[in-house]
Amino acid sequence: MSFNQNLDQLYRSVIMDHYKNPRNKGSLEDGSVTIDMNNPTCGDRIHLTLNVVDGIVQDAKFDGEGCSISMSSASMMTQIVKGKKVDEALELANIFSKMMLGEDFDTDKYDLGDVEALQGVAKFPARIKCATLAWKAMEKGVNEGQ
Amino acid sequence: MIKDIKKFFPVLNQEVNGYPLVYLDSAATSQKPIQVLQAMKNYYELDNSNVHRGVHTLGNRATDSYEGAREKVRKFINAASTKEIIFTRGTTTSLNTVAAGYARQNLKEGDEIVITYMEHHSNIIPWQQVAKEKGAVLKYIDLEADGTISLETVRNTITPNTKIVSLMMVSNVLGSINPVKEIAKIAHENGAIMVVDAAQAAPHMRIDVQDLDCDFLAFSGHKMCAPTGIGVLYGKQAILENMEPVEFGGEMIDFVGLQESTWKELPWKFEGGTPIIAGAIGLGAAIDFLEEIGLDNIEAHEHALAAYAMDQMETIDGLAIYGPRDANKRCGLVTFNLDDVHPHDVATVLDMNGIAVRAGHHCAQPLMKWLNVTATARASFYMYNDEADIDTLVAGLRSAKEYFNDVF
Repeated sequence: MSFNQNLDQLYRSVIMDHYKNPRNKGSLEDGSVTIDMNNPTCGDRIHLTLNVVDGIVQDAKFDGEGCSISMSSASMMTQIVKGKKVDEALELANIFSKMMLGEDFDTDKYDLGDVEALQGVAKFPARIKCATLAWKAMEKGVNEGQ
Repeated sequence: MIKDIKKFFPVLNQEVNGYPLVYLDSAATSQKPIQVLQAMKNYYELDNSNVHRGVHTLGNRATDSYEGAREKVRKFINAASTKEIIFTRGTTTSLNTVAAGYARQNLKEGDEIVITYMEHHSNIIPWQQVAKEKGAVLKYIDLEADGTISLETVRNTITPNTKIVSLMMVSNVLGSINPVKEIAKIAHENGAIMVVDAAQAAPHMRIDVQDLDCDFLAFSGHKMCAPTGIGVLYGKQAILENMEPVEFGGEMIDFVGLQESTWKELPWKFEGGTPIIAGAIGLGAAIDFLEEIGLDNIEAHEHALAAYAMDQMETIDGLAIYGPRDANKRCGLVTFNLDDVHPHDVATVLDMNGIAVRAGHHCAQPLMKWLNVTATARASFYMYNDEADIDTLVAGLRSAKEYFNDVF
């Protein structure tokens, strides 16, 4: 069916893999920062714990409820920010925001890895908020953890 | 009559994502027929003027149209007098007016407000706020397993301390039709007033406020073919006479002094500021339109569609329907979940097929908790939907299931 081609831009296999097998799921016992955020329009929820030490995001875990886009985005976000410096993590959040708005961003500086699979979300305006929830939580958490 | 009705709704005649639009989100907002659009256009092109103040001809015409719409509303819900019909911005504003007006002026510490677990946020939060302010207790009527309300539970929840009972006539999630007339009787036996949120009822079934014997009743225009931004608060005249306004300013005054002012008579004392003139005229035209089709015909059509939809949807393996299974106990909407597929994902797949449904918590988070789900999808019908729309929905749900089975 022709509509599947459109859908395939959104539901890339790597996204579904993160949805089915989320990385870094759970809660850090010794996390230095805890952020709870929800998307009031749809009820999606994220509970994010970060361990920020000496300006570096040492560890990150998430828990939550939501659709495939929001949960896979959270999984990918925790994967990429682990080990990053605080300013790098914030820069990644900025890059992700640009990606969702369909704007150009510097592709050379970071290896976005799995996160690139979320580029297709930009074509589905109703789903952008699903994808950005985890990143907004991370941004807030990193700022608080500094 | 209902057969050719789509032609009156220009918006339905379009393709979305390459497929003919199937609009199944009328419980969120209905589409508007050309008759309503034309009535508003006529007002702006021919009569536009402020009401109740101009000596000039246009002012008179605008006032006649605006007050004519009020009379149409009165007849539509069989109120005793137009003094009992207040134009508001919508159901939310209507319910807030009761909470900020009647409740704030009459409640004292320890008094009870009784609502149910199925209420829309707009029939929860205004009561939470006034309860906090007055030290009143907000109580919830528990639901039966199928999401209906048992009168026995109602009797056990309402006490002589209960001063306000407020509930929805039709659930925007479960689709169930609540026994508001019987509950109003129980409320009155205990000395409480009865408030009815008719947002999901007014578009779909005949309402008779005198028969229901409710004290307040609220509904929105935009769910019943009228524009957004216009709604109604019905209140019994004796109660409204003793209730202070909640908005103050132009239009609602009788005499303004330096320290004290007095109010216009009903219903205008509750309509501060320039009213929603074009909206009210649009609502009047929508009522004409609904009456021409006949509320009984609309209701019968939707019962039949709900029965057909549930029969067809249940043939899909893994599809769960919420609310009563008996189509006669519900209005024309079906809330569901499909296997483990999140409702947002279901809604996106359907949208790619041109089908518009709602996904989320439907402004009913306490009910979602009661149902033990975080979100659901909802298909809601109106007079312009038919069995073919439901067949398209069912085919779309099957392809969603197939798609996610493949990608999982």
